[in-house]
Amino acid sequence: MPSLKDLKIRIESVKSTRKITKAMQMVAAAKLRRAQEAAEGARPYAERMAAVMANLAVSLQDSESGPRMLKGTGRDSTYLLIAATAERGLCGGFNSSIARMVRDRARELVAAGKTVKIMTIGSKGREQLRREFEDRFVGHVDMTDQRQIDSAIAGKIAQQIQTMFTKDEFDVAIIFFNRFQSVITQVPTARQLIPVTVDAIGKSETASQFYNFEPGESEILEELLPQAVANQIFTALLENAASEQGARMSAMDNATRNAGDMIDNLTIVYNRSRQAAITKELIEIISGAEAL
Amino acid sequence: MADSIRLELVSPEGVLASEDADAVDLPVAEGDMTAMSGHAALIATLNPGIIRTQRSDGIDEYVVTGGFVEVNATSTSILAQQAYRRSELTSEMLKTHIEKAEDELSRSAGSQRDLAETRLACLRNLTSQLGL
Repeated sequence: MPSLKDLKIRIESVKSTRKITKAMQMVAAAKLRRAQEAAEGARPYAERMAAVMANLAVSLQDSESGPRMLKGTGRDSTYLLIAATAERGLCGGFNSSIARMVRDRARELVAAGKTVKIMTIGSKGREQLRREFEDRFVGHVDMTDQRQIDSAIAGKIAQQIQTMFTKDEFDVAIIFFNRFQSVITQVPTARQLIPVTVDAIGKSETASQFYNFEPGESEILEELLPQAVANQIFTALLENAASEQGARMSAMDNATRNAGDMIDNLTIVYNRSRQAAITKELIEIISGAEAL
Repeated sequence: MADSIRLELVSPEGVLASEDADAVDLPVAEGDMTAMSGHAALIATLNPGIIRTQRSDGIDEYVVTGGFVEVNATSTSILAQQAYRRSELTSEMLKTHIEKAEDELSRSAGSQRDLAETRLACLRNLTSQLGL
């Protein structure tokens, strides 16, 4: 049985923890709103981009050549897995769900005899994957200084990946991130970046249009593909950022509630033992008086 | 009066303009052009430059740093790399773009080099065009 003083200290400590988790929840809620707006703002561009890509893909369907980024290297022996996680923890299963997904996929590929390379965005994923895959790490992007995700950072990552692709360092690139569905649901998602996949839905919708291309189709593709890849990374990062705040918000909400329950229970124990002490003292006094 | 066309100017960060216009001037890579209602369907790359939309009640100007445009008979959608309202672009912002283009030029080779050179020239040109 802990003493009254111990209990009191314990209650105070849980109370201050609750204050912290409550504050973190509110900060996450505020950041979530901004992140969500950014993710939604990026959507029209991604949709338009998909439509233009679909148009181009239709007119390029028959040609055998076409840029490497669209057709691939013709092999699939080396995979680049890009794990997009957060820089901070305390956000529920956000980081570990991505790490688990990457780990599963990496093991699967290794078992199939493929070469796997891993690139990490955000240090949490790197920490979790280090033990098993440290020798497969090929790059890391630090997002600590990145207060808000802009297209510049996505462009930088895209450039890095494309340079690796031109140097033939991998055949297929896949990015792993959490897609934001709602505050309580974030869906770990894998999306293939290179070779670029064209959305089949956009295709049927716009295929009827016949477009002129200026300059040529291949020149446009050459410029468009890198930007399409950059945009995919950009939207993935935005979704990830929104998911992170959503996950943190619900994790902290849970923590706050748990702390509250804990305080209630501890307070009951505290009151009970205080009462027990008082009763005990009374009994001692009364029985002492009776003995006289 | 000719029919108006629907203009959509989107950048990765969001939608900058979604409005009806009578004509849109575009800095297409092959040379400046104006899109009006009934234009043949076209997809083209954009150079860094000024996009001017003409409406009966005035002119709007935007600055893009490159991207693509998709024109058809009824609409023009611009996929800008980055886009600003002309009034919002400062000389510092332009300067960072120019520096980035210079950096790109120094790293590129072959056909990429020509593209980077054009980009840089267009960006430098913008400085005087905008009076910044």
